[in-house]
Amino acid sequence: MTILDNSPPGDTDASSIDEPVGKAGDKIFFGLSFGAAALILVTLAAVAIFLFLEGLPIFTSDTAELDGDGSFVSYVGPLVFGTIYISVIALVLATPVAIAVALYVSHYAPRKLAQSLGSFIDLLAAIPSVVYGLWGITVLAPVMARSVFPWLRENLGFIPLFGSDVPIAQSGRSTLTVGVVLAVMILPIITAISREVFIQTPRLHEEASIALGATRWEMIRQAVIPYGRSGVISGAMLGLGRALGETMAVAIILSPAKGYFWDVLTAQNSNSIAANIALQFPESSGLEVNRLIATGLVLFVITFGVNAIARRIANAGFSGADG
Amino acid sequence: MNRSATRAPYFEASIPMTDSVRAPATAPNEPVDANAPVDLPNRIDIRDLDIYYGDFKAVEGVSMTINPRSVTALIGPSGCGKSTFLRSMNRMHEVIRGAYVDGEVIINGRNLYGPGVDPVAVRRKVGMVFQRPNPFPTMSIADNVLAGKKLNSKRMSKSVAAELVETSLRGANLWNEVKDRLDGPGSGLSGGQQQRLCIARAIAVEPDVLLMDEPCSALDPISTLAIEELMLELKNSYNIVIVTHNMQQAARVSDRTGFFNIEGTGKPGRLIEMDATEKIFSNPTEQQTQDYVTGRFG
Repeated sequence: MTILDNSPPGDTDASSIDEPVGKAGDKIFFGLSFGAAALILVTLAAVAIFLFLEGLPIFTSDTAELDGDGSFVSYVGPLVFGTIYISVIALVLATPVAIAVALYVSHYAPRKLAQSLGSFIDLLAAIPSVVYGLWGITVLAPVMARSVFPWLRENLGFIPLFGSDVPIAQSGRSTLTVGVVLAVMILPIITAISREVFIQTPRLHEEASIALGATRWEMIRQAVIPYGRSGVISGAMLGLGRALGETMAVAIILSPAKGYFWDVLTAQNSNSIAANIALQFPESSGLEVNRLIATGLVLFVITFGVNAIARRIANAGFSGADG
Repeated sequence: MNRSATRAPYFEASIPMTDSVRAPATAPNEPVDANAPVDLPNRIDIRDLDIYYGDFKAVEGVSMTINPRSVTALIGPSGCGKSTFLRSMNRMHEVIRGAYVDGEVIINGRNLYGPGVDPVAVRRKVGMVFQRPNPFPTMSIADNVLAGKKLNSKRMSKSVAAELVETSLRGANLWNEVKDRLDGPGSGLSGGQQQRLCIARAIAVEPDVLLMDEPCSALDPISTLAIEELMLELKNSYNIVIVTHNMQQAARVSDRTGFFNIEGTGKPGRLIEMDATEKIFSNPTEQQTQDYVTGRFG
């Protein structure tokens, strides 16, 4: 804009509205962002197609050469069971602790302590899973075998989870140990997401509760938890997704066997799909490889389903809570 | 709602009221209504109250008597400490870290800031309605009304609960509008209805005093009128204190009005003048009050 411009009317300078403003930047940015978004879908599709095509032969070829009765379902069944069983144990152990930690950080701890505690929890997420695996087998497993397992067997043996004819694993390399290690691994993500939604509880709702004469805990129950419920559930589902796909920690710690095993204290445990692939792949050839890839497809479908459910719960919950 | 004038004392272990508390030693603060006896329960005496947020002194040297069965309005420019002062009457300002007071707030002979007084117990006796309607979004209308009562008592029979929901909603002039959808979400109501739901929630716990912090500032004129009419009804049962930015509202609903002001930013708010509402708006003693109510500043 030139204010002291003496040019005759009709002289079109840069400020004319007839001329389109430079659009090149918009076009380039649109192209880049669209390309990035498309890349995600292409990658996802490529992985799904790979798993499907490479897994397909197990259903179409002659499976007589494989061990067992050759049926894919009887092969993958115990693995699906093991995967879900271990993950659910981890989830059940981790969620209450995560909620308690998140509430402490968001509503009880002094501000400085809350900040450092929050970053310590995030640090837990930065530890590689192979390190968790090593810690699990060298430190946790012996402790579990020595003190926790015998106590559970003796006092809670009437529950099928802790009681069977099989003796407890002296090495401690059982489903429960793996569950505890996975619980520690998924704790950060559940805590972080829960803390985030708890902090976002509108001050108005908290004050409504306090003004009615609620104690701190009553206020949390009345205003904070109902507001954060959907966030906690989606955090737990994300944690579950991570536990389902966890490979190294399970492969290192668990002593696997073929079949369905409910007892979490013995050396006979249903393996998880991911750990089974990691352990079997180096020694596999031919159709065995196809079979492993097909189990990978099953894991992909399970994880995909869990994430879809988590997303649905998160969306439904938030739109309802704002009202 | 039948509430007798002589109700259970404020705290369970209440100190017998002494004459020094009862006696109207506040000559300039005489009640508007000549018929109102000064020793009714739920009278609030505030003595030389300073309110601090950490090092910052928000309110300084406020002394006043608030008579029961009346509406008392607090007016003043933004930031003059009137909301802080209101919140100090049920210790709600303490939700902010570092907040404390120096002075006394006495209701029914008990100093709210005396040693051993639990702020949670105070809030069960001094209810509050906020600037923006804040029903609990995940609860039904009926559950919202019962929210405070459920904190106080462990179990309620269904019939008792239903009766309480009805009396409270009737008390808040909301019953006829919501009686067919008590199980519906409270967030489905209009703003004015939500605010009346919040009032129903506050009176369901039968407080002695009802504090209202600009209860109509987020509402349209028709909803405002409904709330103002409600206040005039509620003052027969409760001691109502209202903070408002709307001087017409103060003139319409209140019996007495207190004017707060600050000398400048960073300075504490002070009570400039308190008198019968009529006098404040027609012939106030202080020049500042005159300037404010006639719209010369603020």
